[in-house]
Amino acid sequence: MDAYSFLLQGLVTASDPMMLFYALIGVTLGTAVGVLPGIGPALTVALLLPVTYRLDPAGSLIMFAGIYYGGMYGGSTTSILLNTPGESASIITALEGNKMARKGRGGPALATAAIGSFIAGLIATLLLAFLAPWIVKIALVFGPREYFALMVLAFVTVSAAFGDSALRGLTSLFLGLALACIGIDQLTGQARLSFGVPDLLDGIEVTTMAVAMFAVGEALYIAGQGMQHDDQVTAVKGSVWMNRLDWMRSWKPWLRGTAIGFPIGAMPAGGAEIGTFLSYAAEKKLTRHPEEFGEGAIEGVAGPEAANNASAAGTLVPLLTLGLPTSATAAIMLAGFQQFGLQPGPLLFATNPTLVWGLIASLLIANAMLLVLNLPLIGLWVKLLTIPRHWLYAGILLFATLGTIGANPSSFELGMLLAFGVLGYVMRLFGYPIAPIVVGLILGPMAEQQLRRALSISQGDWTTLVQSPIAAVLLGLAALAFIVPLIMRARGKGEMLSQMAGDED
Amino acid sequence: MKTFILASLFAGAMALPAAADYTIIAPANPGGGWDQTARAMQTVMQEEGISPSAQVQNVPGAGGTIGLAQFASQNRGNPDALIVGGYVMVGAILTNNSPVTLQDVTPIARLTGEYEAIVVPAASPIQSIEDLIEQLKADPGSVSWAGGSAGGADHIAVGLIAKATEVDPTTINYIAYSGGGEALAAILGNQVTAGISSLGEFEAQIEAGTLRLLATSAPEPIEGVDAPTLKEAGLDVVLENWRMVAAAPDLTDEQKAKVSADIEAMVTSDSWQKQLSDKGWADTYLAGEEFDAQLESDITATDAVLRDIGLIK
Repeated sequence: MDAYSFLLQGLVTASDPMMLFYALIGVTLGTAVGVLPGIGPALTVALLLPVTYRLDPAGSLIMFAGIYYGGMYGGSTTSILLNTPGESASIITALEGNKMARKGRGGPALATAAIGSFIAGLIATLLLAFLAPWIVKIALVFGPREYFALMVLAFVTVSAAFGDSALRGLTSLFLGLALACIGIDQLTGQARLSFGVPDLLDGIEVTTMAVAMFAVGEALYIAGQGMQHDDQVTAVKGSVWMNRLDWMRSWKPWLRGTAIGFPIGAMPAGGAEIGTFLSYAAEKKLTRHPEEFGEGAIEGVAGPEAANNASAAGTLVPLLTLGLPTSATAAIMLAGFQQFGLQPGPLLFATNPTLVWGLIASLLIANAMLLVLNLPLIGLWVKLLTIPRHWLYAGILLFATLGTIGANPSSFELGMLLAFGVLGYVMRLFGYPIAPIVVGLILGPMAEQQLRRALSISQGDWTTLVQSPIAAVLLGLAALAFIVPLIMRARGKGEMLSQMAGDED
Repeated sequence: MKTFILASLFAGAMALPAAADYTIIAPANPGGGWDQTARAMQTVMQEEGISPSAQVQNVPGAGGTIGLAQFASQNRGNPDALIVGGYVMVGAILTNNSPVTLQDVTPIARLTGEYEAIVVPAASPIQSIEDLIEQLKADPGSVSWAGGSAGGADHIAVGLIAKATEVDPTTINYIAYSGGGEALAAILGNQVTAGISSLGEFEAQIEAGTLRLLATSAPEPIEGVDAPTLKEAGLDVVLENWRMVAAAPDLTDEQKAKVSADIEAMVTSDSWQKQLSDKGWADTYLAGEEFDAQLESDITATDAVLRDIGLIK
C-alpha cells in the first residue's frame, strides 16, 4: 500500500463514532488545559496515560492528538480575551489579540486564531505525512552554530518589533536576559546567581514568569487605576465574525506563519515560541497597516497563531522519524507508544505503518473537530468580557495561582509569581513593554548554550560560526535586519520608521 | 464557559489530590526516566492492589535535588511518601553542593538500570572503540562527546574512560545536552565525534544502521548486543545508570519494613515485569544492606571522578 491508501484507511478508522468521541474528549480537555495558565498538555497526557492502558492503541493515540492540538489552540483564547497567555507559545498572540478584544473585535481575533490554527494544522499535518523523512534530514543539519545564528536573527528581528522606544524595549529584553542567567549552567553543571536557594537552581520557569507578567501584572494595573477607566473595554462592536477585510488581511499571515512555524518545530532544538516571535516580526515588517500594530492588528494574531500550531505538527517529525522527543508532550507520547510495544524511530514508518498513519489521521480529525468545537463557542467566549471587571480579574488571579501551584507545588514558585507580578505592574506603570522580558528569558539560555557548544566543538575557533553556509546566511540576514534601518534613519527616513513601530503595550 | 468550568474542576483535582495510600514524587518533568518509573510504579501498585489510589507528583529541577530537598523536609516520618531517584541524583547532589543528600532519606531499593553505550555516526571514520581511544590519547580535545547533563551518568562515564586511558580528565571535550534525545540529534547530524548515553536511547538508531555502537559499560556482554564491553576493550570501566525508590526520613523500623515489603511485592508482580519489558528496562532489583553498600561505594567513586573532571573542587 502507498501513503495515500494508508492515510485513507487511517481516516476510516478514526471516523468510527467511538473514536470521534475520544477525539472530542481529547480536544475538550486539551483546550481546557491550554486555557488554564501553567498547566500544559504534557502534564495532562501524563495524567491520562494510566487511563489509556484500558483503551486500544488507536483510541488513546487519537485522544493524545486531540489534547496536543487542543492545548496549542486553547492558549490563544485567554491571551486574546484576558491578556493572560496559557502557554509560552501564545505570549505573542496577547500583544495584538488583546488590543483587538478591547476594541470590541474579540470575535474576529478568536476567529482568525481558530481558522489560522486549523489551516496551519492541516497544511503542517499533511507535510508531516508526506515529507517527514526529508524534512528531518534538513533539520539535523542544524548544529549548535546554526542554532546560534537563528537565535541571533530572532533577537535582532524581535527587538526591532519592540514598540516605539528602543531603549525601553531593550531594557526590558536585557532584564529578561539577566534573569535567564539564574540557575545551573547546563554545560558545566555549576550554579549561577542562585544565592544558595535550591528553588532557583533550575532557573526561572518561563510559564510562571509569563503568567506573572501578563496576568498578575495586568490585574494589579487595573486595580491600581481604580474606577476611572471603567468603560475602556467594549465587549462586542460590529460583527462577532470576521468580515471580508479581515479575511483578506488574514490569509497571507496564516500561510507565512505555517511556513515559519513548521520547519522550526521540526528542528530538535527549535521550540514553538521562536516561530511565533519570527512570524510576528515578519508580519510587522510586511503589513500595509503598520499604524495598527500595537493597536490591534489582525495580522499579528493570524501569523503567530498559525506558526504555533504548525510547529506543534513539526515537533512530531523528529518523534516519528527518529524517535526523538523534542518537547515534554512529545516525550510522553513516546512513552505512550512504548506502552503498546512500539519503538518510534527510523523504522517505525516501515514496521508500523497502520499506527503511524492512524496517528496522522487522528491529528487531521482532531484539527477539524477543534474548529467545529470552537467557532460556535466564540460568541460565548467574548461574553467573558462583559463580566464585571472586579470579578473577572479576581477569577484570573485565582486561575493563575491554581495553574502555577498545579504545575509545581511549591510556595517559592508562588512567591516568584507574586514578585514578578509586581514587577509587571511597575513596568506597565512606567511604560516598559513586557513581552521582551519573556522573550529574553526564553532566547537567552538557548543562544548562550548553542554558542558555547559551537565553540567547544571547534575548540575555541570563532570562525566556525561563519564556516557553515546556513549559519553564514542566517547571520547575514540578521546583519541586514540590523543595518538597513540604521541607514534608512541616517537618510532622514527616521520619521517613517518610528511611525511604523507603533506602541505595543 | 463550559470549558472554563471543566478547566477549574481539572485544576482542582490536580491541586488537591485525594488522600492516597502512596504519594510518589517524581523529581523531574513529565516524560523523563524518573517520571516514567514513578508512573509505572503507580500503575502496578494500583493493578496489584498494593496501593489502590497511588498518586504521582512531579517536582522538577536540578538533577532531582529540588524534589529531594522538598521531599525530605515535608515528609519527615510519613510512611506513605515515596520518591524516585537514581544515579544521576548522586552526581547532582555533589555538583550542586546540595544541603539535602541521600543520607536524609530512607533508600529502599534499586529497581531498574541501564548501561551506557558509546556510539558514532554511521559516516564516521571511527570503526571501533580502539580507534576512538587512539584519537582520544593523541588529542583529547579533538574528541567531542555529546551526552546528557553535566555531572550526570554520561559525563561521569567519559571521565572514567579518560582516567582508564591515562588521559587527563580535565582535558575531555564533553558537550552537555539537556537529555539523551537532544544529544542524539547532534550525533546524527554529525556535529560531534561520539555520543554517550543509555543504550535504550540509541537502540532504534543502531538497529536502523544510522549509528555505530562501539562499546557498552556493562560488566559482561549484553545478550543480543553486538559490541564489546569497555572491560573487554581493556578499560576498567563499569557503570550502571540505575533508578531507585526511597522513603521519607525518620521512619520507624516497622514502617520501613512495611514499605520494603510493598516494594518487593510490586517488583515480583507480573504487571511490573510487563512494564519492564514494554519499556526495555532491566530488572536490577536490589534491596536491604546490599543496596546500602552499593549506594555507599557509588557515592565515593562518583565524588572522586567529579573531582578529577573538575566539576567539584
